[in-house]
Amino acid sequence: MELLYYPGCSVEYTAKMYDTSARAVCKELDVELKELPDWNCCGATTYMSVHELVSHGNSARNLALARREGADQMVTVCPACYITLYKTNEYFQTNPEFADLIRQGLQAAGLDYDGGLRIRHLVDVLVNTVGLDEVEKRVTKPLNGLKVAAYHGCMLTRPFGGFDSEERPVILDRITRSLGAEVVDYPLTAKCCGGMVTNTESSKTIPVVARLLREAKYNGADCIAVACPLCHMNLDFYQPEVNQYLGGDYTIPIVYFTQLMGLAFGIPKEKLGFGLELVSADKLVSRYA
Amino acid sequence: MPRSELRTKTRVQKLSPEELSDIFLSHVYALPDGRKIDLCIQCGTCSASCPTAYAMDYSPREIFAALRAGMLDRVLYSNTAWMCTSCYICTVRCPQQIKITDIMYELKRLGIKYGYTSPSTRAAAMARIFINITNRLGRNNESELMARFYLAGRWGDAIKNAWRGAKMFFRGRLPMPISGRKVAGLDEMRKIRETLERLEEEKMAKEEAR
Repeated sequence: MELLYYPGCSVEYTAKMYDTSARAVCKELDVELKELPDWNCCGATTYMSVHELVSHGNSARNLALARREGADQMVTVCPACYITLYKTNEYFQTNPEFADLIRQGLQAAGLDYDGGLRIRHLVDVLVNTVGLDEVEKRVTKPLNGLKVAAYHGCMLTRPFGGFDSEERPVILDRITRSLGAEVVDYPLTAKCCGGMVTNTESSKTIPVVARLLREAKYNGADCIAVACPLCHMNLDFYQPEVNQYLGGDYTIPIVYFTQLMGLAFGIPKEKLGFGLELVSADKLVSRYA
Repeated sequence: MPRSELRTKTRVQKLSPEELSDIFLSHVYALPDGRKIDLCIQCGTCSASCPTAYAMDYSPREIFAALRAGMLDRVLYSNTAWMCTSCYICTVRCPQQIKITDIMYELKRLGIKYGYTSPSTRAAAMARIFINITNRLGRNNESELMARFYLAGRWGDAIKNAWRGAKMFFRGRLPMPISGRKVAGLDEMRKIRETLERLEEEKMAKEEAR
């Protein structure tokens, strides 16, 4: 299966292990990710804070380019890109006045969009299109004994739902279990990590990050599996501050779910981008690789 | 690139709280499903669900109360909208289906447009830098973003995070701060932006006149 792929800015650098592991895992599952040529920034949560319509316009350029490639669906790995593109697409399809404005903008640049695209997140494709049976078939080194807190974060399913519950998604739990790992109870799975605010006002949002790490540790997790570059950044980068804030050792490796999949598929750890994280996952990786 | 985005203070226009409320409402009404803002029943589900409400000067519920009391200027001067992480939990839980996250965005935009941003938060500066970069390059450059943000008055954070930042840089997780990486369709992006800015202004002028 060939799929048009929108990487996004974070995945190019800060979250490059997400990109490499996603590509490696997809290759193993016979999903060919074809990068959208000349994609631009979707605007994330930030562009929207200054200009609403222009933010949707930037996002819509990617949709127009995708249609020009002849695609009827496009997959992303970053939930912020996913929800931004999804939101533009959703408003375009359901609000004729909005669609008209966006099309005028696109046409001024010699582009156009017909609303015929479906925006998807990789985890949805892997579970609902490829199927967990196929995933299980590729598992050569089951992650037996690994206790994982599967952390969904907010934008994977909010606000549109899409493929899982807005309040208590389980899609990452299911994928993690199919790899042979144990999923620990993690009630905060869809609670926010502070998002972009943690980068700008970290002193104020450390309590948000702290409760996520504390909960995972308390429930006996060996690592937290995430599906979002910003979740990874916030949970991984700010652990020294959290330890100071809580007055204890809450150090725990943060991994992308695609890295865990790669590990269970027996893909060499170098190809999964292990070692690029700040809080080392070496101990965990050496148990299975 | 329009110079206005480089300025830290945008057009500061002193408006009365009533004028502000009117402009705010007309902008919110123009959003998809925006009219639902009138249906708020003050139940407080949004505030109770909000992960960062504890750090806000006014909780989300209080925004709607302030709006009705004609005290929107206080909300704009507070850090409330800038502490919103855009996690959408209030939006999915609101029993009246008010798109609260979209309203938070509107508050941020209004604050920036009329120079009412809270002095206690630097998030507005971050937003401006982000937009400057994406308009210029077509994609974000995290190194430039953080460097310029820190230079805009966050020296303490810069020093605290330097070691971890350096680790990320040497592991290839940060682009060169001055990177030649550009989107080929920058001209397309500029045309889209200019057209939509014009259309947005026309649309708002119409809404505000209504």
